[in-house]
Amino acid sequence: MPRHRVRSAVTTLLLVAGLAAGCGAGTPQQRVEIVIHYSTFEPTEVTVARGVPITFVLVNQDPIDHEWLIGDAAFHERHRQGTEARHGDRPNEVSLPALTTAETTLTFDEPGTILYVCHFPRHEAFGMVGTLTVV
Amino acid sequence: MRRLAAPFVALALTLALAGPTLACGGLIGPNGAVNLLRTTTLAGYHDGVEHYITAFEFAGGGGAFGSIIPLPGVPSSVVKGGDWTLQRLVRETDPVPAEALFFAAGAAADRAIVLQQVRIDALDITILKGGGAEIGVWAKEHGFSLPPDAPEVLDFYAERSPIFLAASFDADAAAERGQAVGDGTPVHLTIPTANPWVPLRILGLGKVAGETVQADVYLLTDIRPTLLPGPNSLLAKGGLELAHSSAASDLLLSDLRSDTGMEWVPQRAWLTKIAIDAAAEDLRFDLAIDASGAGRPSVRDAGFAPFGPLPVPPSSSTLWVLLLAGALILPLGGAWLVVAATRGGGSRPLAS
Repeated sequence: MPRHRVRSAVTTLLLVAGLAAGCGAGTPQQRVEIVIHYSTFEPTEVTVARGVPITFVLVNQDPIDHEWLIGDAAFHERHRQGTEARHGDRPNEVSLPALTTAETTLTFDEPGTILYVCHFPRHEAFGMVGTLTVV
Repeated sequence: MRRLAAPFVALALTLALAGPTLACGGLIGPNGAVNLLRTTTLAGYHDGVEHYITAFEFAGGGGAFGSIIPLPGVPSSVVKGGDWTLQRLVRETDPVPAEALFFAAGAAADRAIVLQQVRIDALDITILKGGGAEIGVWAKEHGFSLPPDAPEVLDFYAERSPIFLAASFDADAAAERGQAVGDGTPVHLTIPTANPWVPLRILGLGKVAGETVQADVYLLTDIRPTLLPGPNSLLAKGGLELAHSSAASDLLLSDLRSDTGMEWVPQRAWLTKIAIDAAAEDLRFDLAIDASGAGRPSVRDAGFAPFGPLPVPPSSSTLWVLLLAGALILPLGGAWLVVAATRGGGSRPLAS
């Protein structure tokens, strides 16, 4: 059901994050938590620094399966047509069974904006889309 | 707060390949497609007991399909329904030539606790108790593929009544039984309850913007019921139409009473038909019914509380009182502001 809900606190700049492992010697690793509740990503906008490893903590609070796929337009177009029921081998493709949490770490080298989407049938149309901005 | 009851139908979820058409509501196919169907349900209420009757129709194909229906109470029985009750109701309110009638009828975290399991023809019916997440997990573990709005919708119902009916339709078994496309399996649930309600929001499950929900809901009550939201009211957002409201004829009651399992039909009753034709995104409420004569359908049963808009839709007399009060207060307030301004008063300090 297309609710086009107003996502109030839409954007949260999560550059802050905790300095997890890797503190000290190299670049600080940032952690970004994205919660899925009622088939909606929260937050729906995230900004990160380029060249910094970002650990995404993906929390699926729903009793249904979701997935978190992040990439450029061509990547998402492939997944809209895709038939993979599960992901896991690639850090930018994470399957999230009901009521589970997963972590994945990615480094974005180019500034710009890309989307993270759940490509399960009808989930993107329902609103399961978020924007990640690399600065 | 009265506890009520009535299930209506359907939330349709899927398992595998498209096949059967479940009672009310839309089916979500494996490819995400939604089949729009007009469905018919009877929620009868007499002697403190809700009789909920709907039919699951076989629409061809194979595999298995499922449907989940929120219930306001634990059914005391789940049995195969009569053969023609729903068709007889349609004929009562929408007389059509016999051929057309025939065509229409034919096309037509923690774990959840399993309270009852019943097999009716090719239908496996399970009565469940649990919260939204628990029901969702149970559904997933049993092969249902829930649409993305399911978590919110399941919570919407579970917060009021943690009882659900899950129906799994085995299309292969239906085919083996010789069921043809359009053959229906009527199901009759008997639910002791203080007052009935009919879940409507679930009819929009899985539907996206621009899609509509169409359904006919028949109510058979001892007296004329009071409904919330009222058909044609602002709260109903134009999605509910009072298509029929009159004392049920002796002939109708006699006909209904002669169908299987319909002995409960009283000697006198009021027949109401609500035609639903609503945008799926607007159908975010249920139909609360006060069949007691008190004229106060439950705001909670309608799904408006605690987050809903108005506790009670203002009656026309209440509305006039509010308008009159507004007409008096606004000029007085304006006059006060003028006086305050002419006295040079801005805002006064809270404390000196």
